[in-house]
Amino acid sequence: MSLVYPREGLKAHPPYLHADYVGTLKRAPQKPLVIIPHTLSELTGPVYGHETVGADDADLTRQHAGEPLGERIIVSGRVLDEDGRPVPDTLIEIWQANAAGRYIHKVDQHDAPLDPNFTGAGRCVTDAEGRYRFVTVKPGAYPWRNHPNAWRPAHIHFSLFGHSFLSRLVTQMYFPGDPLFAYDPIFQSIPDPKARERLISRFDLDTTKPEWALGYRFDIVLRGRNATPMEA
Amino acid sequence: MADLTPSQTVGPYFAYALTPRDYGRVEFVTGNLVTPSTTGERIRIEGRVRDGDGAPVPDAMIEIWQADAEGRYAHPADERRPNSDFVGFGRAATGADGAFFFETIKPGPVPGPDGAAQAPHISVGVFARGVLKRLHTRLYFDGEAANAADPVLALVPAERRATLVARKAGEGRYTWDIVLQGEGETVFFEA
Ligand SMILES: [Fe+2]
Repeated sequence: MSLVYPREGLKAHPPYLHADYVGTLKRAPQKPLVIIPHTLSELTGPVYGHETVGADDADLTRQHAGEPLGERIIVSGRVLDEDGRPVPDTLIEIWQANAAGRYIHKVDQHDAPLDPNFTGAGRCVTDAEGRYRFVTVKPGAYPWRNHPNAWRPAHIHFSLFGHSFLSRLVTQMYFPGDPLFAYDPIFQSIPDPKARERLISRFDLDTTKPEWALGYRFDIVLRGRNATPMEA
Repeated sequence: MADLTPSQTVGPYFAYALTPRDYGRVEFVTGNLVTPSTTGERIRIEGRVRDGDGAPVPDAMIEIWQADAEGRYAHPADERRPNSDFVGFGRAATGADGAFFFETIKPGPVPGPDGAAQAPHISVGVFARGVLKRLHTRLYFDGEAANAADPVLALVPAERRATLVARKAGEGRYTWDIVLQGEGETVFFEA
């Protein structure tokens, strides 16, 4: 099966310059992007599978001696291409703040406690149907200094590879009904409100495990279409 | 038909997940691409990432993707495939001074559009706080005769091509800076 990568879908992404997000002001390129053809260099990409994932990598609540504090959750979904077909055996990396809104990253100085039982980093590989599943705790909102009283909505960072260099994606997953969406220039940098909503996971009773944890569903669509679609 | 999931910035706090050596977590990819069975000319690529003020970018992640010394990619779309365990993918975070480096081999020429060869090059992705979607560029090699006929370099305005060419800084050493904005801004692609 060979894949093509139409450019039309790229309009879902934010522009590089989004003035409300101050970090973009000196980091967004000013010259026009050069449009290049899709050669073997773009149509190939790293292939990482199960060998990169350890036993507790997908369960962020079991990486230490004790259990982390906070609300235990299950985050699950499917990775699909632009035809809606599963992307199997592809690596997903995630990272997040703890329940108090604090990252273990050395640079994070937010005045909220670290949790000795929570690192906040995970990996897993999608199955044959493109499914993945993480167990973690719900991350807290955290302040950042973009503007006065700036807070990030609760989110989990996702990093995915897909079928080629062109399908590589780094994004963030949000939680339904967060009151901070309207004030967050990173979320709002996505021009199309419908595209923005695709980053909001949905509460899912089928994913929810009785007496144990709420479940959220988050499907991810990466670049790529079948070069020779089968007509039904 | 499914609509793409939009990109978001990698943010400032990715290191403990994506480049976690300092955090004691196992890394499956680093800035060293050379394996015991890798053949070819070993090279070290050193560079710095700078912003529109010329200030170092200390929280960027650089990813590289390249063919082996024979110009073969370790991917099912390349029927030739490397005959070693060379993967061709590397990842490095910048330090406080915006510097990064990779230890790898010089890739061979790879097939281009219409059967024409492309000059040896490395595909590069740049992620950082303040960068809302991956920046995509390429690194070419100084003194490579094939650069003159490269079909992708040919699409770049002549006066900007030098931003994509790594300079030879000694035996097996190349330097290549990434300028996100302004004077000497690196050429970035849409592909
Ligand atoms: Fe974050």
